[in-house]
Amino acid sequence: MSAFSDDIIALHQLTEGEYQKIVSLLGREPTYTELGIFSVMWSEHCSYKSSRLHLKKLPTRGKLVLQGPGENAGIIDIGDDYAIAFKIESHNHPSFIEPFQGAATGVGGILRDIFTMGARPIAVMDAPRFGPLDVARNRRILEGVVSGISHYGNCFGVPTVGGECVFEPCYNGNPLVNVFALGIFKKDEIFYGKAEGIGNPVIYVGAKTGRDGIHGATMASGEFTEESKQKRPNVQVGDPFMEKLLLEACLEAMQTGAIVGIQDMGAAGLTCSTCEMGSRAGTGVEIDLKLVPQRETGMTPYEIMLSESQERMLLVAERGREDEVFQVFRKWGLDAVTVGSVTGDGILRVKNHGEIVAEIPNRDLADEAPLYDRPHTKPYRPAPYEAPLLPDRTAQLEADLIAMLGSADICSKRWIWEQYDSTVRTNTVAGPGTDAAIIRIKETGTSIAMSLDGNARFCLLDPREGSKLIVAECCRNLSTVGALPVAATNNLNFGNPERPEIMAQLVESIEGIAEACAFFETPITGGNVSLYNETLGEGIFPSPVMGIVGLLRTGPPVPMQFQNSDRTIILLGGLGRCDAIRFGGTQYAKVIVNGLWGLPPELDMDYEKRVHGAIRQIVGEAMAESTHDLSDGGLGVALAESSFGPSAIGASIEFDSELRPEFLLFHEGPSRILVSTAHPERIREIATEHGVQAVTIGVTMKERLRISNRSVTWVDSELKALRGSWETSLERLLHQS
Amino acid sequence: MRFGVIVFPGSNCDHDAWYALTHNLGQQAEFIWHDSLQLPAHLDAVILPGGFSYGDYLRCGAIARFSPVMGAVKRFADEGGLVMGICNGFQVLVEAGMLPGALVRNKGLKFACRPTPLLVETIHSPFTSEATKGQVIHLPVAHGEGCYVADERTLDELESDDRVLFRYLDNPNGSMRDIAGIINKRRNVMGMMPHPERATEVLMGCTDGLVVLQSVVQFAACLAS
Repeated sequence: MSAFSDDIIALHQLTEGEYQKIVSLLGREPTYTELGIFSVMWSEHCSYKSSRLHLKKLPTRGKLVLQGPGENAGIIDIGDDYAIAFKIESHNHPSFIEPFQGAATGVGGILRDIFTMGARPIAVMDAPRFGPLDVARNRRILEGVVSGISHYGNCFGVPTVGGECVFEPCYNGNPLVNVFALGIFKKDEIFYGKAEGIGNPVIYVGAKTGRDGIHGATMASGEFTEESKQKRPNVQVGDPFMEKLLLEACLEAMQTGAIVGIQDMGAAGLTCSTCEMGSRAGTGVEIDLKLVPQRETGMTPYEIMLSESQERMLLVAERGREDEVFQVFRKWGLDAVTVGSVTGDGILRVKNHGEIVAEIPNRDLADEAPLYDRPHTKPYRPAPYEAPLLPDRTAQLEADLIAMLGSADICSKRWIWEQYDSTVRTNTVAGPGTDAAIIRIKETGTSIAMSLDGNARFCLLDPREGSKLIVAECCRNLSTVGALPVAATNNLNFGNPERPEIMAQLVESIEGIAEACAFFETPITGGNVSLYNETLGEGIFPSPVMGIVGLLRTGPPVPMQFQNSDRTIILLGGLGRCDAIRFGGTQYAKVIVNGLWGLPPELDMDYEKRVHGAIRQIVGEAMAESTHDLSDGGLGVALAESSFGPSAIGASIEFDSELRPEFLLFHEGPSRILVSTAHPERIREIATEHGVQAVTIGVTMKERLRISNRSVTWVDSELKALRGSWETSLERLLHQS
Repeated sequence: MRFGVIVFPGSNCDHDAWYALTHNLGQQAEFIWHDSLQLPAHLDAVILPGGFSYGDYLRCGAIARFSPVMGAVKRFADEGGLVMGICNGFQVLVEAGMLPGALVRNKGLKFACRPTPLLVETIHSPFTSEATKGQVIHLPVAHGEGCYVADERTLDELESDDRVLFRYLDNPNGSMRDIAGIINKRRNVMGMMPHPERATEVLMGCTDGLVVLQSVVQFAACLAS
């Protein structure tokens, strides 16, 4: 007979077996506070209990990796004694319940992950996913999420420099909000979340603790039901001003040399920070809750330990030097109080006015969390293999191109990114709307390129191949701007892992990412897993999102758009191959055929990598006037996008191909980059050296896009007509009634 | 010359202004904390940078105007010192009554970040003397509350006194008469919503902000000689 009813245990989303494990670890029944602590630490969100086994397959080492997974963020050496910290995090569940605050606190959380390590955040990117915009609720969610990100990032003073935004019916009841952040610091000034030094004081800094966000982590680990809408108090409220103060105060306090370890209070708040810091250092932490600054009266120990109030940090200082730390926080007008100390017994001991309310070995909480090898069968694949009958649409190619340019996934996202401050800190060399964002590092001659990417359609058809294609695309984005991809972070958004066919999606996707990241030499340095993205039994498509960073020498960026007329247009990598089966995941299939079938495009990773090497050399030798990578919408869309520059330079393209016209124009085969150049000979030489094709497909020309095959005109349009569809579509979709 | 850059809690373009002045214009610049009751001696100009002073949860700049340092900034201006408010700094100057009018929510209700073409309306100011009248410069805007409003008489007066420094050619926020930047009667205190410090280097995509900051440098140099 346990101390708690089955209902109480179930409410904490602990299974009977997990409860029994708690009892055996403690050697007794847990207290109510302890039950709460276990429930958050052993939640899917904090413990990765369903995914941990498979995450081990990811490559995490590399010569530039200073810190891999397991810390608040991964760290990469960028040379000249500087390093970058970066990670991606999801805030999917809160953003569905309260889009504005859910997204805002998502930004706040990932920013704290970065600056808790001592790095100053210098860039944010976001990859939201929404249901189609013909549903009013999806429009409201999008507007809320965008204004939440804008509110938090802009006020904090970090530029939002890129990302992507995709729409699919599977996100109707379950939008995704994945936010990536990156920060910079000196290599020898990295801070870790370790509670080292027995007797050192444990100090609480930042905002006061309230009742908000209690059980946020367990909420993020369950499916949505009708009742979830009642969980609004679980969503935290963000205060970007407080976060900005916290950033400045933490970085300044770190300079005193009195800080031993520091960790932000994110998911599972005070619980997670105390036990993880103790566990990492092999120490214990003892705190008294009466010392914790509180926003409300009458909070129970349970509530204080589980609160997810934002903008709080826990740090361990050198004993006797507390005042140096307090002085800095006082200057910034922030609360900083000693709430406990580091002990040598390895136990998280929580007191309330001296009375012990929880006493748990740190390691049991952090490292003894359940680990499940969940059964996985064949990935769930609700799509036919065979292609539907594709009627001849040669006469409609121009109309189809315009329709695709105006579709929600492909159209310009300017309406979104103009709400983000993309230029604060004056480091943005290439901002939103480019293949890869570029941030220069003022302190060195290096710039960081970064790309966020996902393709859930490909992953639904084949999670393994789809995931590899995503990694390839990110690396291609980076190479297109001349950067060498060096490291990655991933956000694995999936449905319910207790369903074997969903678990199979997760497993195959991780294995695909592992294989591709090993091949492209971009080790995973951290990330996030978001499971149970299901509403009323309806799961999302398998939606891994990759964030990959690359390094390049600082200099003016190569633009994406054509710059001058009468330049040769080369398709590096060649026209690619496609058949009806491999066409089923494309945007053409989605927008024009309204279908999803077959397999994702074929990826030859070896060839892909050679294309990356070739384009980097081309950009490095300044042989290209413009470069643009082919992705959603294939060559047709890439040609149009390259024509939408300020100088209105379009193209005249002449093919000699036997492929079906829609395959040629819109297939999404990888390993291809559009280049305009005044030096076609040199580009062909470089391509040959790397063993890749470089096909001349036409020349640039003023104000028109003309595409023909064997003298049959497919597209012949003024740029204005194409551009209008692309540029105004999102606003039109948002303002429909 | 020596610039002072005021740092309010929540300022986030303070470092950008400092960087532009020191690295891209070769001037001296120092940060001044908001609780300073006095400015350092020998300053030639003070910049109130962009950001969200004190969070700006109330009207933008409404709390910063009470900041201890603002008394010192006022005295500095009263003595003829050059004061430049950029974005949030403009909002603070307006709230402090050092410039007329008000800055309210953008007409589209949304934050707007984009490069914006501006017409230089007058070169008779320490902040535009190096430009040419009618010159078009491109500077980024990045604000949610940059819609300049004032009563008709004030607007008429600004125009007849030649105190409108910049006008938007592509008004991003609904500002009355497309006003992007103004100067006080004494012509030593100016405010503008666009960010000249974000356009001072080829890598920033544009160098049109240099003409604004160089005007200040030239003006101070003339005063000194």
